[in-house]
Amino acid sequence: MTQFVSTHLAALQVVLALLAAPVCLLLRRPNAAWVVATAITWVLLGIALVLLEQVLEASTLIYTLGGWPAPWGIEYRIDLASAFMLVIITGIGSAVMPYAWASVEAEIPEERIYLFYCMYLLNIAGLLGIAITGDVFNLFVFLEISSLSSYVMISLGKDRRALTAAYRYLIMGTIGATFYIIGVGLMYMATGSLNMADLATLIPAIADSRTVLMSLAFITVGLGLKLALVPLHMWLPNAYTHAPSVVSVFLAGTGTKIAVYAMLRIVFTVFGGAGVFDGYGLGEMLSGLAVIAMIGASAVAIFQTNVKRLLAYSSLAQIGYIMIGIAMTSVLGMSAGIVHLFNHALIKAGLFMAMGCIFLRIGSVQIDDMKGLAKVMPVTMAAFVAGGFGLIGVPLTAGFISKWYLLQAAIEKGWWLAIAAILISSLLAIIYIWRVVETAYFQDRDENAPTISEAPWSMLIPMWTLIGVSFYFGIHATQTMDVAIGAAEALLGGIQ
Amino acid sequence: MDFFSDFPGLLNYWVVIVLMMIGFYIVIAHDNLVKKIVGLNIFQVSVFVFYITMAKIKGGTAPILAEGITTYSNPLPHVLILTAIVVGVAMTALGLALVVRIRDAYGTIEDDEIQAQESEDL
Repeated sequence: MTQFVSTHLAALQVVLALLAAPVCLLLRRPNAAWVVATAITWVLLGIALVLLEQVLEASTLIYTLGGWPAPWGIEYRIDLASAFMLVIITGIGSAVMPYAWASVEAEIPEERIYLFYCMYLLNIAGLLGIAITGDVFNLFVFLEISSLSSYVMISLGKDRRALTAAYRYLIMGTIGATFYIIGVGLMYMATGSLNMADLATLIPAIADSRTVLMSLAFITVGLGLKLALVPLHMWLPNAYTHAPSVVSVFLAGTGTKIAVYAMLRIVFTVFGGAGVFDGYGLGEMLSGLAVIAMIGASAVAIFQTNVKRLLAYSSLAQIGYIMIGIAMTSVLGMSAGIVHLFNHALIKAGLFMAMGCIFLRIGSVQIDDMKGLAKVMPVTMAAFVAGGFGLIGVPLTAGFISKWYLLQAAIEKGWWLAIAAILISSLLAIIYIWRVVETAYFQDRDENAPTISEAPWSMLIPMWTLIGVSFYFGIHATQTMDVAIGAAEALLGGIQ
Repeated sequence: MDFFSDFPGLLNYWVVIVLMMIGFYIVIAHDNLVKKIVGLNIFQVSVFVFYITMAKIKGGTAPILAEGITTYSNPLPHVLILTAIVVGVAMTALGLALVVRIRDAYGTIEDDEIQAQESEDL
C-alpha cells in the first residue's frame, strides 16, 4: 500500500482534488463539504512537501500516466520550479480553508456553500495540474478547469457586479485559452509532438520558421491574458473586488501566479533552447510592459476608494515586478522573480484576508468606512500594516528580500529604467498603504457607528500564519532563495 | 489547372482565418452578452477546424487498423479537439448561465446599459 502511494504521489497530487470535488457535490451539507475540502487540501500540502523534498534530493521526477511512455503518453514532470509552485498553491490553499469556515458562512448563501467547496477543489486540481504536467495540451485542459471554476467562484459574490465581473473574466479568459491552443496547434503542426521535453529538442532546428514564431506569439498573448499582464489586465480589478473574500484571497495568491509559471514553462523549457527570448525582442517587450505595470498600476491604486480594488491594482504592479525579473533572463533576475512570486502570494493573500475580516464585521471595504477601525479590530489592522510593510519592501519582510535581489539583478544587467521603476513603484506603495493606515489608526470612528468586535480566531490565525511566514522568509531568506535559484537554473537550462 | 488538382488546397486554412476573425470581431464589437458568447463559439470552432485540417493527409482514410490501409489521417488532433469541444461546451453553458443571472439582476443583457447602471452603483 505504501509502495503504491509513494510511486503514484505525482498523480495523487491532482487526482485527489478532482475526486473530492464531486464528493462535496454529493454530500450537500456545508459542514461536511468543508471537512472534506480541508482534509484534502492538507493532504495535498503534505504530498507537495514530500515531492519537493524528493526533487531536492534526486532532481527531476518523471511520472508517466497510465504507463504510456512520452512523447506518446502524457507525462508528469516535476522539477524544482514545478515542485515550488505545488507547495505555494497547496500552502495558500491549506491556509485558506480554516479561514473559509466563518467567511464563507457570512458571504455565500447556505444552500450554495457545498457548491463553493466543490469549485474550490476543482480549482486547486486545475492549478496543481498546470504546475505538474509535462504536456502542453494537458496544460490547456488544466488551465480551463481552473479558469472555469474561478469564474463560478467569482460569480458567487453578493454584489450584482460580481456577475458581470465573472462574465467579463469568462470572455477574456476564454479568448486567452483559445489563443493558447492556437499556439499549441501551430507547434504541433511543425513538430508533431506535444510533450514539453520532446518539443524542447525538436524546436531549435526549426526555430526560425514562421509557424514556430506565430505559435510563440499566440501563446505569449494567450497566457498574458491569463496572468493579467498590463495591458491585458482589464478583467482583474473587478474580479478581485466583487468576488467573495475567500475567493479574492485564493485567486490573488495563486491564480495569476500559476499563469506566470505556465508562461515560464512554455517560453523557457519549450522555446528556450531556440534562444527566441533574446533574439526576437520578447525580453524588451515584456520588460517594457512590466515597467508600465509597476508605475501605472501603483499610481492608479492610490486613487481607489475600495481597498480590495486598491489591492487588486497593487497586484498588477507586483506582476510587473515578477515579469521584469523574468525578462532579465539571468539566473539572478529569474530567481528574484520566482522568489517575488512566492513572497507576493503570501503577502497579498494575507492582506486580502485582512479585508475579509473587515468585511465580515462592517460589511464594507470602502476606505471611508474604516475610520478608527484599529481601535476596535487591532489584530486585523496590525496584520494589514505588517502585510503592507511587506508590499512596500521594508527590511526584515519578505518583500524586501525579493526587491533587493531584483535590484541587484537589474544593476548586474545595467537596466537603469527598471531600477527607477522598482523604486518609484515602492514609493507609490507607501502612499496607498499609508492612506488605509492613516484612516484606520489616526481618524476617529463615527459616533453613530455600530459597536463591533474583532474577527473570530478561525480567521485571525490563518491570516497571521501567512503574514508570519512572510516575515519568517524575510529573515531566513536563503531557504527560499536557494530553491528559487535551483528553479531558475532548471528553467534557464535551455539557454545556458 | 493546379487549382482543381490541388483542391481543396489551403482552402480550409482560409476558412479558419475568416471564421476566426468573424468570431473575434463579434466578441469585441457587440454589446449583447449572448451575441458575445456566440462570437466566442465561432472563434473556438475555427480552432477546431484548424486542428482537424492539419490532421488530414492526402489520400488518407479514417485511422482504422484494417487490411490494405497504409495511409490514414492523424487521429491525435481529432482526440484533442474532442477535449477542446467539451471545454467549449462547459464555457458556453457557464457563460449563458451567467447571462441569465445578469438579466435577473440588471433587467438587461446589453453591455452599455449594464455599464450605465454600474456607474450609478458606485
